[in-house]
Amino acid sequence: MSRFLIPGAIFLILAGVLYIGVVHSPNKSTMQSALLGKQVPAFSLPVLGNSETKVTNAQLAGHPWVLNVWGTWCEACREEHEALIAIAQRKQVPIIGLNWKDQDDAATDWLKQLGNPYTAVLVDRDGRAAIDFGVYGAPETFFIDAGGRVQYRHVGAMTAEVWDREFASRLPKGGFP
Amino acid sequence: MKSWRSVPASILFGAMWLLASPMTRAIDVDALPTAELQERYDGLTHELRCMQCQNQSIADSPVGLASDLRRDVREQIIAGKTDAQIRDSMVARYGNIILFRPPFQSGTAWVWILPFLLLLLGAFIAFRIVRQRSALVAGDDSVVEADDVPQ
Repeated sequence: MSRFLIPGAIFLILAGVLYIGVVHSPNKSTMQSALLGKQVPAFSLPVLGNSETKVTNAQLAGHPWVLNVWGTWCEACREEHEALIAIAQRKQVPIIGLNWKDQDDAATDWLKQLGNPYTAVLVDRDGRAAIDFGVYGAPETFFIDAGGRVQYRHVGAMTAEVWDREFASRLPKGGFP
Repeated sequence: MKSWRSVPASILFGAMWLLASPMTRAIDVDALPTAELQERYDGLTHELRCMQCQNQSIADSPVGLASDLRRDVREQIIAGKTDAQIRDSMVARYGNIILFRPPFQSGTAWVWILPFLLLLLGAFIAFRIVRQRSALVAGDDSVVEADDVPQ
């Protein structure tokens, strides 16, 4: 019997490791944000359609807000757009768009055609702000609390289900301040 | 083509290697002002992971995010940041996963320790097998384990 003990143990350990890997594989591509619990990175970005006006992170502080990173080149962004519009109609929290490495005209057209769920859209033409947020693909959606700390990041298309579970649940009762 | 044949294959391969190696460097054309800074840039961009295509470094990846991160590294080098500061700024934004060589911490220790444990385990097993077999070769039948003898 003992000659099977070590190979058997190795088999079981390997099977265990592979089982954990397989079970967790759907989450492998969605990395937890390194910013969780930390202050939102400082930014000062022009507003889409009004490049004279700049919005800073300080201006958004004082109440919770949501940052949605998108681009017209991003297929999954089109996919989530309808859900975002439905969510925006609930008026629970300002949704700030971050138009990532896109073109102003294309972005404006997109919002005209598909509707605009955003309280404001900030333009990150060269992708610097996205890097500071640790963005590695669009769409990504961040929940920022009233103290300016990142509380959650969702990678991939937003859905009503994800919103209820991870975003609405983090809101203080009462909605828009 | 005759002259090609007379060249030993090893020299040909060596020449191919020399020709190919500059291409494995960063994709960007614009170099840093000094060779020393360029060397740091090449080093750093090769040890940072491209977050979109995770088995490539940002030096080797053609995607937009990798080129944005290379620009970030270049700007930080020019701004006078140390390699450690640049690595820290990347980890602060993307987490330890962006480093091909993560730091030795409580959460990452197993990444460093496990290979050595497995190596030890393998050496132990190999040692046992070799010892058993050599004992058999020596003609000493008594080392056959009791389990192998029909009851």
